[in-house]
Amino acid sequence: MESIRIEETGLNLEATELRLGLPGRDKIEKETISSFNKNKRAAPKSAEDDESKANDDIKHHHHEAAPAAKAQVIGWPPIRSYRKNNFAPKKAEAEYGNYVKVSMDGAPYLRKIDLKVYNGYTDLLKALENMFKLSIGEYSEREGYKGSEHAPTYEDKDGDLMLVGDVPWDMFMSTCKRLRIMKGSEARGLGCAV
Amino acid sequence: MSEAQMSEDDADLAAAAAAAVVNIRTTTDYLSPYPDQVLENVLENVLIFLTSRRDRNAVSLVCKSWYRAEALTRSELYIGNCYSVSPRRATDRFKRVRSVVLKGKPRFADFSLMPPDWGAHFEPWVMEMINAYCGLEKLYLKRMSVTDDDLSVMAHSFVNFKELVLVCCEGFGTTGLAVVASKCKQLQVFDLIEAEVSDDEVDWLSCFPESGTCLESLIFDCVECPINFEALENIVAKSPALKKLRVNRYVTLDQLHRLMVRAPQLTHLGTGSFSPSENPAEPEPDLVSAFAACRSLVCLSGFRETVPDYLPAVYPVCANITSLNFSYANITAAELKPVIRNCHKLQIFWVLDSICDEGLQAVAATCKDLRELRVFPLDASEVNDGPVSDVGLQAISEGCKKLQSILYFCQQMTNAAVISMSTNCPDLEVFRLCIIGRYRPDRSTGEPMDEGFGAIVKNCKKLTRLAVSGLLTDRAFSYIGQYGKLVRTLSFAFAGDSDMGLKYVLEGCSKLEKLEIRDCPFGDEALRSGLHHYHNMRFLWMSTCRVTSQGCREIAQQVPRVIVEVFRWNQSIQEGENSDLVDTLYLYRSLEGPRADAPKFVNIL
Repeated sequence: MESIRIEETGLNLEATELRLGLPGRDKIEKETISSFNKNKRAAPKSAEDDESKANDDIKHHHHEAAPAAKAQVIGWPPIRSYRKNNFAPKKAEAEYGNYVKVSMDGAPYLRKIDLKVYNGYTDLLKALENMFKLSIGEYSEREGYKGSEHAPTYEDKDGDLMLVGDVPWDMFMSTCKRLRIMKGSEARGLGCAV
Repeated sequence: MSEAQMSEDDADLAAAAAAAVVNIRTTTDYLSPYPDQVLENVLENVLIFLTSRRDRNAVSLVCKSWYRAEALTRSELYIGNCYSVSPRRATDRFKRVRSVVLKGKPRFADFSLMPPDWGAHFEPWVMEMINAYCGLEKLYLKRMSVTDDDLSVMAHSFVNFKELVLVCCEGFGTTGLAVVASKCKQLQVFDLIEAEVSDDEVDWLSCFPESGTCLESLIFDCVECPINFEALENIVAKSPALKKLRVNRYVTLDQLHRLMVRAPQLTHLGTGSFSPSENPAEPEPDLVSAFAACRSLVCLSGFRETVPDYLPAVYPVCANITSLNFSYANITAAELKPVIRNCHKLQIFWVLDSICDEGLQAVAATCKDLRELRVFPLDASEVNDGPVSDVGLQAISEGCKKLQSILYFCQQMTNAAVISMSTNCPDLEVFRLCIIGRYRPDRSTGEPMDEGFGAIVKNCKKLTRLAVSGLLTDRAFSYIGQYGKLVRTLSFAFAGDSDMGLKYVLEGCSKLEKLEIRDCPFGDEALRSGLHHYHNMRFLWMSTCRVTSQGCREIAQQVPRVIVEVFRWNQSIQEGENSDLVDTLYLYRSLEGPRADAPKFVNIL
């Protein structure tokens, strides 16, 4: 699809992107980058005979805008801010946050952390490194966590043991039931098998 | 309101009216030698029964006499856009008004698309009305900016004041509410709906007379301030006429119980938080009995912080309720089902998508009389999958054939489900589908959503309001222009390919009154295609489209009696062709010139 080709050639459309918003205003619509990528793969198969390049650009403006900036689309979706602001989540969640147990192989006792306080994987991993005084290494999709004796894993809601970092952060937040930092040969095995 | 076209035809009309008057007047006092006078008396007596404003507008166009008579007998004044006419012009024409409906900002202001100090001030209206309409009884304001001072002026000046309804208004606080409560001795209706009320820490409920009130309706579920519960309980206990009570989320379940036992005559109840207090020391109140005692209850809402364990308390009223608002209740399908399966008479249902497609299927199975459905998103972010989808819409279309109005938020949709709704629900008047993921195609075919929306305009012959979303090409707009002959309100966002899209609509939809557009590739040429029609519309809103200042200026110059407002928010766009693009265009018809209260960032062309 044209839109993907243009992204790959690196046409920096962000610079000319039109955005709507008052200076200093902070209303943000959260949008995960990966979900927008999935949108791209689902782009229409029917060939859109774009009438002019101008129209092409506009559509691509919009397609580019979101992943590039984790787009803050003001006023979208059209829900009254009253409804967004005043919504009280289920009482349990509101009071208790999203706490999960963290175990580390060889450690005598477990810890508990609130996933909600972290902005993403980098944040979380840094916190784990601090908490357990270890280093976890760089994540790569192919090789898991290279350059370290430890690998962060988690148990998801289906009960399966998963490597931390494979799924989008939001999905991880809602499916992670507990964390386990694996060590030594077991950890390396998991990385290589991927 | 267009200016009356005068034609002198009194003689014929007098003869016809005199013939009609025989049964109305029996004394000779009214047989004056002046046909005008007879005519006006006759008309006044007949026109009193004419309530519809569209009918009245038609009557006023017949001739000067009818215009005068109609103006004297109109008791409800409806102003759809507060800037379309000045307060003085309105009060000069209509001298005996007892009820005023006044609307200000356009709807997109609700979604932070309008700068806060744009306008729609109530003040000039109230200052004019205290002189012209000292007997005013009812006031209904929507999207107006109202201050505490305005409320105070109103409360002190209108001695017969009976009904105040503020919908989506802002600018006032509990201070203003206190003045109204204490000064309006004959207040029957005090309704605050989705209004933004600032917390001035004033105990406004205590300001109602302690000995009792003649309140029939007290609605304050949107007020985000703690209240004096004892004062509320006193009001409820001593207001025997009270039928509608919607409390805010600071009222706990035990408090709700105390109110309900004092007011079993309620027809409309807003339940507040619907969760127990922090320290429920006393034995748990018997909510089931309290609900069972409310035999007249037809409308249930609230549930702001629902603890689902307590939902069964509402079972006794399910069989009778016609309106249920669960749109603040984060409940699952399993929690909804035992409630909804008894709601056979339900006509209006607002709910959160937390109930999933499965919950909607349960609704479709029971609520055969459903007229209006609104499904709001719990999570408003654009993600790939959501809890409701085409599956839920399909179920509703098959189960609720009498549906007239739907607002549906989802992440994914198919043309097939939308087409199904268009054929199964012939009574549809309002179809608003919001696929939160922008530019999303049909999730099973990958096609644009053109055919779905096309089917809606084609098959739903009574359609007057449409909001579109998803991936849409100009073809969708051609369908709308071709078949949407009765459509009065249209909302477009992130849709269309080119100017043709908007052209189809402006050239085809002859009854179009309100058009709101954001983030669509429509430019000056499209704008030009509506030149013949703008004076018939209440307004046109276009933001983040491809309209230029020059294009807007053209409209301002060529269309008489239309005000063209342009706002530029983002001052940093300076270079290239983009510098001439307008951020927001808001165009509306008006009998007045440019308004004097426009803030600096608004440019009136």
